Amino acid sequence: MSILEIKDLDLYVENTKILENINVEFEKGKVQALVGPNGAGKSSLAFSIMGLSEYQNTRGNIIYKGESIDDLSISERSDRGISLAWQEPARFEGLKVKDFINSASKKHKTRKSNDKNEKKEDVAKEVLKRLGMDPKEYLDREVDSSLSGGERKKIEMASILAMEPDLVLLDEPDSGIDVSSLERIFESINFLKEKGATVILITHSEVTLNQAEYAYLMCGGSIIDDGPIGEIRRYFEDECLPCDTKNVPEAKVEQYGNG
Amino acid sequence: MEMDELYKAAEIEDSISDPKIAHLVINKDEVVGMNDVPGLEVKTQPIEEGVDIEIIVEEGYKIEKPVHMCFGMTYKKGLQRISLDIKVEKNAEIGILAHCVFPEALDVRHEMDAKIHIGEGAEYTYLEKHIHSSEGGIEVIPNAKIKLEEDAKFKTDFELVKGRVGKLDINYETTCYKNSVMEMTAKVDGVGDDQISINESGDLIGKGARGVLTTRVAARDNTRAEVYNELSASAPYARGHVDCKEIIQENGSAKAIPIVDVSHPLAHVTHEAAIGSVDKKQLETLMARGLSEEEAVDLIIQGLLN
Repeated sequence: MSILEIKDLDLYVENTKILENINVEFEKGKVQALVGPNGAGKSSLAFSIMGLSEYQNTRGNIIYKGESIDDLSISERSDRGISLAWQEPARFEGLKVKDFINSASKKHKTRKSNDKNEKKEDVAKEVLKRLGMDPKEYLDREVDSSLSGGERKKIEMASILAMEPDLVLLDEPDSGIDVSSLERIFESINFLKEKGATVILITHSEVTLNQAEYAYLMCGGSIIDDGPIGEIRRYFEDECLPCDTKNVPEAKVEQYGNG
Repeated sequence: MEMDELYKAAEIEDSISDPKIAHLVINKDEVVGMNDVPGLEVKTQPIEEGVDIEIIVEEGYKIEKPVHMCFGMTYKKGLQRISLDIKVEKNAEIGILAHCVFPEALDVRHEMDAKIHIGEGAEYTYLEKHIHSSEGGIEVIPNAKIKLEEDAKFKTDFELVKGRVGKLDINYETTCYKNSVMEMTAKVDGVGDDQISINESGDLIGKGARGVLTTRVAARDNTRAEVYNELSASAPYARGHVDCKEIIQENGSAKAIPIVDVSHPLAHVTHEAAIGSVDKKQLETLMARGLSEEEAVDLIIQGLLN
């Protein structure tokens, strides 16, 4: 059963075609991956699903839980349970970690009907611990450049956990993360899955791909293949050699020819 | 409005009943409460529409608990003039928490003229918290000239805690001698037709003197904001930084004029100034957590002014 269906989607950004004729369905409750080289359009597709400004689809439809979300704002999509974690998380001068996480938690409490009496601070503590971060050390720190990129990445993941989304888009979740932190990120992905969330991983890392159950291969703005990760892993092993579409990046055309 | 309501608004009820905490409370032009502690001398005398205050922190004394000063007005209209002369003698320390409380203001003007002398090795912290009415019917005009002797430290923080800015015109000038350290911070959130003018300067004339001027302003609705920050360095190893960020929303407008004037080859002063709308990535991150655009903007501004 699919939670998200994308039909005939085109995306132009500043008059440049970024995505072309995307047709894909993401199955509910599974961890799925979008893989492909830099510039393939993976992040653009995630941004389009989230409805970020400048990434609204030019053609086609995004159907979420059976309804079109094309005309919905980012907040409205989020209210319906969609969220996104950026490859490079934003920095917020003066905003404390607890306030950042609680802002997501607060909305989650209004969206879901479970324990509304749970203290917000408890949620923030719980999700930080899940990411291996000591709440005493982090709750009152600011989400700014005083944190390392890896720390901000984990705090962004913590805010996602606090929100308990139904569909989460994780853009390069391994980027800038050390080995032990990566384990925590992967544990969080499993936790989201256990809670019934659908996770879409955007990656070109084989290690991260291994967390998924199914994968879609993107190249030059289109989805050119999909299958179990064992099949899609060949992309990494063969350096995109199976790709024979017109969307092969120029460098690859020169190297391998166009089909 | 009664005085006890003013104390409540300023949240100083406990502090002014503690004999170990020094305080001075002025309602318009009348001293209504005062308490000294050892090492601290406070003298007041009435002036036209206000009060003249002389404060001396005696040499070597460290006033342990912050001194609470409440400059307020229980009336809706009026002028309050505060003339302040502060001397922090050699190696003395004091922190003042100033509560400027005008919760009923419809047509109020609060003027402060301060002369502050911080002696050798002395430390002076002045945290100024304003509580205004929601009407914006207030003009706040603080002027201060501050002199820091060798190894002295001065820190000031201006913050509007509640209510509308109204019209704000800050003018602070500091002169910093050898190895002294100055930090001046102003954080203001303007809404409606508020007018904000912040003019702060630091003259780093002593070897190794250091200074930082930090300003954070949100100019929303029809607010007009102007920030003039000037740091001059004319001595070896003088170091300074000017940092101004202003967020504009709706029809707000903001101007930032950082001036850096260095006249010694071994001095170094930097500046950064940014004016613009809320950062798009910050906004979209919070919206992707379910906040509305308005809630996200408020949280970002709240952080910036935190």
